[in-house]
Amino acid sequence: MANSSEVADSAVSMAAPQSTEISSMSLTMYRVSNWLKSPRPYLMVIGFAAVLSFWYFAVEVWKLPRFQDMPGLTEVFSEWFSKDPYYGLSVYTPEYYKHIGISLRRIGFAFLLATGLGVPLGLFLGWSKTFREYVFPLFELFRPIPVLAWVPLAIIMFVGSETPVVFLTFLASFFATTLNTMLGVESIDESYSRAARCLGANRWQTFKHVVVPGAMPYIFTGLQISIGVAWFSLVAGEMVSGQFGLGYVINTSYMMIEYPKIIIGMITLGIVGYSTSAMVRLLGDYLMQWRVRELALGDS
Amino acid sequence: MTAVVEQRMAEPVNESVTKGSLRIDDVVKIYDPDGAAVMAVDHCSIDIPAGEICMIVGPSGCGKTTLLNAIAGFHDITSGSIHMDGELLCGPGQMQAEPGSDRIVVFQNGALFPWKTNLDNIAFGPMMAGKLSKSEIYEKARTMMADAGLSGTENNYPGEISSGLRRRVEIVRALMNDPKVLLFDEPYRALDSLTKSVMHEALLEIYYRNKVTIFFITHDLEEAIFLGHRLIIMSSRPCKPKKIVEVDIPHPRDYSVLTSARFREIMSEAKGVVHEEAQKAFDAGEKEG
Ligand SMILES: Nc1ncnc2c1ncn2[C@@H]1O[C@H](COP(=O)(O)OP(=O)(O)OP(=O)(O)O)[C@@H](O)[C@H]1O
Ligand SMILES: [Mg+2]
Repeated sequence: MANSSEVADSAVSMAAPQSTEISSMSLTMYRVSNWLKSPRPYLMVIGFAAVLSFWYFAVEVWKLPRFQDMPGLTEVFSEWFSKDPYYGLSVYTPEYYKHIGISLRRIGFAFLLATGLGVPLGLFLGWSKTFREYVFPLFELFRPIPVLAWVPLAIIMFVGSETPVVFLTFLASFFATTLNTMLGVESIDESYSRAARCLGANRWQTFKHVVVPGAMPYIFTGLQISIGVAWFSLVAGEMVSGQFGLGYVINTSYMMIEYPKIIIGMITLGIVGYSTSAMVRLLGDYLMQWRVRELALGDS
Repeated sequence: MTAVVEQRMAEPVNESVTKGSLRIDDVVKIYDPDGAAVMAVDHCSIDIPAGEICMIVGPSGCGKTTLLNAIAGFHDITSGSIHMDGELLCGPGQMQAEPGSDRIVVFQNGALFPWKTNLDNIAFGPMMAGKLSKSEIYEKARTMMADAGLSGTENNYPGEISSGLRRRVEIVRALMNDPKVLLFDEPYRALDSLTKSVMHEALLEIYYRNKVTIFFITHDLEEAIFLGHRLIIMSSRPCKPKKIVEVDIPHPRDYSVLTSARFREIMSEAKGVVHEEAQKAFDAGEKEG
């Protein structure tokens, strides 16, 4: 049957392997060029322009009623990039970087601690039903308590001004990471662990080769949330306790009526916060090449 | 209660295959979700000689997967026993079989690890066993991939290749462990009919080279007759053999078989029984709903 074998051949070539290997570098390039071709970057520029010009016109041109006391766009930016800032804080002062550095260090400690404890805890919670019955109710009780409610206790519990801030920053991150990791383990299709057992893996090998990598996408979703809430709690912590740091800058500038510094602190927080979550995302992409490649194929 | 269908004495299909016979004896499986007993498998007896391709056909939800899971050791049985090559897999004293690499499942939706490359997936079983060195394992894996027409996909992830190729990788992953029995749970359900026909021939080719026993669940009668030595047509839930159809078309087969007169005869014989059971399953569903 010449006919049917022809059909079979064409089906084989249709199913031919995609043998070209996509390196992560060329993938990044491909994504960037796609992004530039899409309307997204231009919409983004328009979005920024709209907000900034509203700020400019509202404060400096129209002088709208509730905006009189707001620092204006030009004032903030000239202060921010001034070699000799009037309020003592600009990209040229070492103090600016000291605040950023100290906030970053606290975030780093708290985030690493939350990840180091939250990921293993989440993995075990998802993996062992018995362990979960012991720990999860306790966990669920603590989780809804807002970080701000912990402030007094944190100050009483920990000595100095540094540890309470790190503890507060750690808390919300820890809950987010643990919970997402646990959900990640639950999300794993049962047939993967069954396949592993069929192929001779023991319980520990299954944990290592199926549970951990299978939960990875959720773990990184958790870490994205975690780094976000870490900044949130950090600023709250720095406002009530501690010296230095971006939250501290914002709070003291308010009390000293140095309003442009508030805005400088806020914008800096936005930039630094965004960079840290971008770093977490990059790390995730690096560790989950398989996912990146699947998504890249899905896009095209 | 005994099985309605008289069982023929099992004899080896191919003399060269001596391992991988399965004896399913009076197996009952009752699920008990919250006290509502669901009988999925009812006093089911099937004898599968070593080296046979045994096709299990039956209406949706009748309990085919349940039977397969019992053989694989994913859950226990309520009564009865299953032996492989005369050794007890599960039965009195040990109601759940221990999963192992002598019986490997190829899953309904595929279960290649998406986070491992095709090559790492294929090397997985021997790596877990740890009997061979890493370089030996990877060399064998590459050779087996090349034999199965999978060269060039070694460093791809399963998500990057077509679903037909994924199925092939999954079968090679199983064969790496020299299993006695391959358990297929409707592996080609999601494939289009063109890819399916290629997969059937590829599977037979693999079978001719490796000679394992194959326990294959399917809904697709054409697939069942094309591949199998025998069709075990199951009744609607609870599952037990209703009729056994011998496919006396000699192996090796290729796609020309599909148009032969004998194929059509067997098809019409099987169709009648299957339709009757499907109707029963449908009516039962109507009643429950
Ligand atoms: N874990 C379980 N608990 C309770 N009932 C179950 C369980 N697994 C399956 N069942 C029930 O047992 C019956 C048989 O299920 P099974 O999955 O074995 O059917 P199947 O023949 O493989 O169906 P399909 O062709 O749809 O794959 C079904 O009615 C199903 O609802
Ligand atoms: Mg099934």
